[in-house]
Amino acid sequence: MSESSIAHVPHPNLPPPSNSIGAIGWVRHNLLSSPLNIALTLLAIWLLYLIIPPILRWAIIDATWSGDNREACHPGGACWVFIQVHFGQFMYGFYPDGQRWRVDLTALLLIFGAAPLFMHAVSNRLKVRLGLGLLVIYPVIAFFLLKGGSFGLPVVETSQWGGLLLTLVIAGVGMTAALPLGILLALGRRSRLPAIQTLCVTFIEFWRGVPLITVLFMSSVMLPLFLPAGMNFDKLLRALIGVTLFQSAYMAEVVRGGLQAIPKGQVEAAAALGLGYWKTMGLIVLPQALKLVIPGIVNTFIALFKDTSLVLIIGLFDLMNMVHNATTNPDWLGFSTEGYVFAAAVYWLFCFNMSHFSQKLEKRLHTGHKR
Amino acid sequence: MSESSPSSAQKPLSDQVMITLESVHKWYGQFHVLKDINLTVQKGERIVICGPSGSGKSTTIRCINRLEEYQRGRITVDGHELNNDVKQIERIRREVGMVFQHFNLFPHLTVLENCVLAPIWVRKQPRKQAEEAAMHYLQRVKIPEQAHKYPGQLSGGQQQRVAIARSLCMNPKIMLFDEPTSALDPEMIKEVLETMVTLAEDGMTMLCVTHEMGFAKTVAHRVIFMDGGEIIEQNTPEEFFTHPRSDRTKLFLSQILHH
Repeated sequence: MSESSIAHVPHPNLPPPSNSIGAIGWVRHNLLSSPLNIALTLLAIWLLYLIIPPILRWAIIDATWSGDNREACHPGGACWVFIQVHFGQFMYGFYPDGQRWRVDLTALLLIFGAAPLFMHAVSNRLKVRLGLGLLVIYPVIAFFLLKGGSFGLPVVETSQWGGLLLTLVIAGVGMTAALPLGILLALGRRSRLPAIQTLCVTFIEFWRGVPLITVLFMSSVMLPLFLPAGMNFDKLLRALIGVTLFQSAYMAEVVRGGLQAIPKGQVEAAAALGLGYWKTMGLIVLPQALKLVIPGIVNTFIALFKDTSLVLIIGLFDLMNMVHNATTNPDWLGFSTEGYVFAAAVYWLFCFNMSHFSQKLEKRLHTGHKR
Repeated sequence: MSESSPSSAQKPLSDQVMITLESVHKWYGQFHVLKDINLTVQKGERIVICGPSGSGKSTTIRCINRLEEYQRGRITVDGHELNNDVKQIERIRREVGMVFQHFNLFPHLTVLENCVLAPIWVRKQPRKQAEEAAMHYLQRVKIPEQAHKYPGQLSGGQQQRVAIARSLCMNPKIMLFDEPTSALDPEMIKEVLETMVTLAEDGMTMLCVTHEMGFAKTVAHRVIFMDGGEIIEQNTPEEFFTHPRSDRTKLFLSQILHH
């Protein structure tokens, strides 16, 4: 620490060699660093040459984009006219033409209602309140708008709902109901009360042990057999309950993984401050645990979203079933490739956005440096 | 902390009893962790508990706010007897602050949020009032400028001082310290001990499990030595360090004072 030492002046850094930086440097380093790598690079280029151009030619260059019947389509390219003609069906199912504005309004309400949740300017506390409010109010509004029967709106039976609308209804209800239910089940499974613990373990193990198709079949075919005659509740509702209970069991195990990762000291510190069980869980343990398992939660959400396509086996016309239905239309036989590519693209778009959103959420919630 | 000043230990204590432990026993399965612990703590009294690891000293103070259950005996805190009633336990925990070896700050909350959480959710204080009180205590532990950082951005010593402030925000009548400096680097031990000394000067009732014998000499009214789940010896710091009575105490003191 003496003051008399000679000031140390470092020599300025040399510039990096010109062929090790930039695009050329990257290519040299990553693609051409050894004879094997050169061979692999060439092989990859050759494979891409084999695959990409035909796909581009079919999907874009030789494709037909507009028209109103199959005669408009050139052979050899994709016939997107098929999608264009059926687009309304794919989006709304058999929802009556004149009433489709109600679906659009429902979607717009959600988009504008939820928009503040994604804005940086809104404080976190406000977001929590808005989010909870939305969670309670929105389903009620959406139900009355879609189903009708009051405020002068004609009734649209749930059997007429279909297409992307139905897919989103099932996925949305499934996600918003399965997460809280899964959290409760996870807490119950770790409960110190044996009765609650047994109940939760039994529930989880039962629903995880049966395939979703079985659950859907049972809900639509077997359940009515056990109900008294004349009592019949909505097929969609039954599917929703089946999907929710099924996914909540998976969710419970994902959440439990997060709960187990929280050090015991956190619970002890909360207890020492006089916080009770629910406050300890709600304020201390769950915020940390859920943040840890965001990837797992989103994984379950994505699986749920794609699993909604299974409702076609009980005769609900979700996006997948609508597409399937259109490909069997005698006027449009032979365009199943276009139909399924379109369905795949829609599913992918939603799933990719969920995954992308979860990554952003993880980064935003990161408060750094865990012990 | 090697000075052995006569300290404030001579201040007369009120005869109001804060904590009593009456023949407390605890077992972990077959293992008898606490054997007949009897202890009475006066209001404003400062007690240091020391002993080799596994001697039951942490377990003893963790029984006082019921972080550990015990199988036999009776514990009374500020006139309330600990029992299995959850509400009663929570009532007692509100009045007993605790500082842990590993700080146990809530990593997802800022320093300020850590401090106001319990006052708001347990004491039902308005947020503004709770934040003012929290800033006051953060000032006292000398880190008000860190209020809006997350615990992970602070050094160990700073984190432990936040943990002390967090406990103080509940206005506890008793503070328990469970090896508060054992997880800290040497240069950070001092800042935490200084904070604890100021707390002692304000007349807080303190039970402190620690190996910082300098701290014991400076602030403790009484030093308790535990081994094998029993209280072996207790005395004023002067007597305890100069004339230890039992051989085990002598051995322990020679080990920790001359290494």
